Amino acid sequence: MLDLLKTPILAIQEFFQLAGRAILNVFRSPHYSSDIFLQMDTIGFGSLPIVILTGFFSGAVMALQLSKALTTYGAVGKTGELVAITLVRELGPVLTALLVAGRNSSGMASELGSMKVTEQIDAMRALGTDPIQKLVTPRLIATCTVLPLLTIIADFVGIFGGFVIGNLLLNLTAAHYWNSAWQALEYSDVAEGLIKPFCFAFVVALVGCYYGLRTTGGTQGVGRSTTQAVVVASVWIFVLTFFIARIFVTL
Amino acid sequence: MTMPSAASALRFEQVSVLFEDVPALVDVSFEVAEGESCVILGAAGSGKTVLLKTALGLIKPDRGRVSVFGRDITELREEELFDIRARLGMLFQEGGLFDSLTIEENVAYPLVNQRVVERPPDDVRERVEEALRFVELEHTLEKFPSELSGGMRRRVGIARAVVTEPALVLYDSPTAGLDPITAYTIIALIVKERDLRGATTMMVTHRYQDGVWLSDFRYNPENGTLVPAAGNGHPLPARTRFMVLEEGRLVFQGSRAELEACRDSYVAKFVKR
Repeated sequence: MLDLLKTPILAIQEFFQLAGRAILNVFRSPHYSSDIFLQMDTIGFGSLPIVILTGFFSGAVMALQLSKALTTYGAVGKTGELVAITLVRELGPVLTALLVAGRNSSGMASELGSMKVTEQIDAMRALGTDPIQKLVTPRLIATCTVLPLLTIIADFVGIFGGFVIGNLLLNLTAAHYWNSAWQALEYSDVAEGLIKPFCFAFVVALVGCYYGLRTTGGTQGVGRSTTQAVVVASVWIFVLTFFIARIFVTL
Repeated sequence: MTMPSAASALRFEQVSVLFEDVPALVDVSFEVAEGESCVILGAAGSGKTVLLKTALGLIKPDRGRVSVFGRDITELREEELFDIRARLGMLFQEGGLFDSLTIEENVAYPLVNQRVVERPPDDVRERVEEALRFVELEHTLEKFPSELSGGMRRRVGIARAVVTEPALVLYDSPTAGLDPITAYTIIALIVKERDLRGATTMMVTHRYQDGVWLSDFRYNPENGTLVPAAGNGHPLPARTRFMVLEEGRLVFQGSRAELEACRDSYVAKFVKR
């Protein structure tokens, strides 16, 4: 029984060691700014198309589904309000983080994993650079900067998607829809909607890098790490969103 | 124990390394003096690579002590190790080149990133070209590692290992998986590096012939080939010591003559008579 627990506990310990060192490195030189910008470009700009597409359709489909229930109560006018709150507080951050986890946690795990199995990580250490400083910290900084921004874009596009459905199918006027959406949002909603992606960024970047750096066993191992990284990152995003939501609900 | 005549470049004292309770090195003790050459033979999985990585401080020994140039590195933190590693060069098994960087950036990497060897940027380019000229690949500066053949990648790996002119160079299976002609080119480069600069050389291999090149031949700068070391009024090359690893244990240590005389069946397998 104890032996069974040993492996996961060791993994958690290693993960937090990596996280601690990656975060400490943010305040320590040398800083590899070109790596940070390169990562921002791949993670941020690279994810833009899918984030916009999923954002739009999730808002649109929500408006569509809600309209049916709202008609029963004669409250179709509330569509904008509901879409805005759900997107900003929950769906925007979670969907964006899941997409970025699928795209970039896997990317990081496979990139760092291949480097690990071809001894590039060892070579890096042998040639005088700390792989965490050079590889993990830039990815962490880039994800923390870019994920909240992507979430804001997804939120907006999603509310716009809801508006397209509301305007075309539910006969809501633009003024009415945007007004009720705007009015519905409070500062705490926006705060929740921005704290979440910031926390998810740590999960996306660190889980991806962690599984990458612990890769063993050749090409097959890289594939395994990649899958594990996406699965674990996705699960943790859901767990975290629950706890953050729990905190904000009691506030 | 008698004092070695030259200063010690690398010393292992009863070093053991475990990987999740599986021993990779068991009680390994040896000493390599400065200027000496050392050939480590062993089957796959006998701990050759682990030994080199332990010497670099990439792997921490579970027991025993490792000293590099008289400095005990066993307890050092990663940042302190960087200063030690700057005096060491290592060729990784498959070259260990960074895929995302060009050949020029790869070879320049230790010059740019090692704190001890800070150099003005103009100087870097010159040193990189010099190192690549040394391995006769000066035309590949702008290429990426994936565009080169296996043998060329390893030559770039050698250029990167020696670009900082380290006092101790470690080669991990430099000829593994190469055809005999390319393997000869690689070994010739290793001998050239040793004889022209007098660096302490440590090579891990599974081919006895590689060791013979290192122990009995020297680099001839006139036509760029290897010639038998003895005779012609030339001094003998650096003393070469052979070591044999079997499942993490050092089962043999000595000169080539002693190796060939060894009756141990495992050791004898490596020696072609």
